Amino acid sequence: MAMTITEKILAAHTGRDEVSPGELIQADVDIALGNDITAPIAINEFRKAGAKKVFDRDKIALIPDHFTPNKDIKSAEHSKVLRDFAREHRITNYFEDGEVGVEHALLPEQGIVLPGDLIIGADSHTCTYGALGAFSTGVGSTDLAAAMITGKAWFKVPETIKFIFSGKLNKWVSGKDLILFTIGKIGVDGALYRSMEFSGETIENLSMESRLALCNMAIEAGAKNGIIVPDDVTRAYVEKRAKRPFKFYKSDEDAGYTDIIEFDTKTIEPQVAFPHLPENTRNISDVGDISIDQVVIGSCTNGRMEDLRVAAGILKGNKVAPYVRLIIIPATPAIYRAAMEEGLFKIFLDSKAIISPPTCGPCLGGHMGILAAGERAVSTTNRNFVGRMGHPESEVYLSNPAVAAASAVKGRIASPEEVMTR
Amino acid sequence: MLLKGRTWRFGDDIDTDAIIPARYLNTTDPEELAGHCMEDADRDFVKKINSGDIIVAGKNFGCGSSREHAPIAIKAAGISCVIAKSFARIFFRNSFNMGLPILECAEASEEIKEGDEVEIDLGKGEIRDLTGGKTFFARPVPPFMQSLVEAGGLMEWVKRAR
Ligand code: SF4
Repeated sequence: MAMTITEKILAAHTGRDEVSPGELIQADVDIALGNDITAPIAINEFRKAGAKKVFDRDKIALIPDHFTPNKDIKSAEHSKVLRDFAREHRITNYFEDGEVGVEHALLPEQGIVLPGDLIIGADSHTCTYGALGAFSTGVGSTDLAAAMITGKAWFKVPETIKFIFSGKLNKWVSGKDLILFTIGKIGVDGALYRSMEFSGETIENLSMESRLALCNMAIEAGAKNGIIVPDDVTRAYVEKRAKRPFKFYKSDEDAGYTDIIEFDTKTIEPQVAFPHLPENTRNISDVGDISIDQVVIGSCTNGRMEDLRVAAGILKGNKVAPYVRLIIIPATPAIYRAAMEEGLFKIFLDSKAIISPPTCGPCLGGHMGILAAGERAVSTTNRNFVGRMGHPESEVYLSNPAVAAASAVKGRIASPEEVMTR
Repeated sequence: MLLKGRTWRFGDDIDTDAIIPARYLNTTDPEELAGHCMEDADRDFVKKINSGDIIVAGKNFGCGSSREHAPIAIKAAGISCVIAKSFARIFFRNSFNMGLPILECAEASEEIKEGDEVEIDLGKGEIRDLTGGKTFFARPVPPFMQSLVEAGGLMEWVKRAR
């Protein structure tokens, strides 16, 4: 039977030749992930179940990234739950502050998640790793607890929607814009329960960092996973990082899709998602005059080197507008170091930006840049729900790093062109 | 299992930040979470509701993060069931894993009014609007998920399976 890449990975992890959409399966998990918000609940459940041992200490990742460096006593206690558990069970993939980064940037970077893997994470943006050609999906803490004990998770095999992108990207357009554009077209439940497979010549020419940003936001369309069939770009990225074997799967030519949606990138400009849903997208040329108070460049969506380089290119020789804060958050210590060694920190500091240690921080309204009532932010993160970055009466506009940096300079939502052609 | 309560209506795309804002995620205590349930969608929600009440919402309820704190907060606040046109998938599995009953039913989501007295027969997926005088049928729960609910949630199921 012809299968999609998602179906093939699920079948392989269920020990079967084939699976089809709608089937309930129990599958083996290659990596089970938790963070400082979700893992404490899972660890508590693990103990309540009377479990003594994790199924495999190499296959669990515990990443304290959300409220770290700990913002208050309660979050310090949560991090301690992770640390104590990691020590007791000698969890291989535990990262202490100083080594820790935003989970969905850190795991691919460190070669912990690989093509062909089946990954669950007690974090909705676990779908990011689909960029590597893995099946990965967000689950709850209880699913994580069960997986830490049994090494298995239950799934309903999803139907797949295939997206085909053709054409060259316009200037300043990145993977982030492709996914914002897509969500704008299909809505925040446009792929509910389903798999989103991204393909076409545009995707083949996309950098790994842009692919990660693209798959990161599949959940914002309600999808179970986002996935890209692995290729040479994937191989170049994972070869130097992998410490165990990996496998490339690809969809059969005649695999079954519930829908095939084609986009030509000719008309796709940089996108801005207006409050309070990621589907409220507009072309940058249709945004109008919107003054802002804060800009955040970072997160599991856009906190990677490519993103910081683009931002630096725009900030170079420019200053952040008066009464505006620009917070830049390199997503991992390796990115932090690379940005420093490349001289990006000088550009950022000269422009009056704040450089934060790797953390989720303001992305979820945690700390390190919370908004007051009535304040507006442009952010390279992935959600602009009510109160996401602070006060319920604050507003978040989502964009790519180029638009975010240009907006910081202008003090209003601005196109990179406005800053680069003076 | 029979549930009975008055209904509270919400619109489409109620996200997990509205159900339990991230600023309260530095705790896992159900009682504390319950105190902030639905806070960013309706400031006074917790003060208004009675134990056993039912939430009726539009499409894509629970979209956003994977936080289990969301169904925990709803359950601990005393809500006995959520009826919606559709649920976001992680919220859907979390609710079953936690033992918070949820039902997908487009007609009920559209027709039940706020404050209606509603009775639910979970086993049959039957939703009876006593005020409106109409009965609705929700999408049946697959057998595997029934076994999760019967076991009392995923962890109990895992304990039995081991
Ligand atoms: S950066 Fe934001 S979206 Fe990504 S894992 Fe952290 S809180 Fe979640």
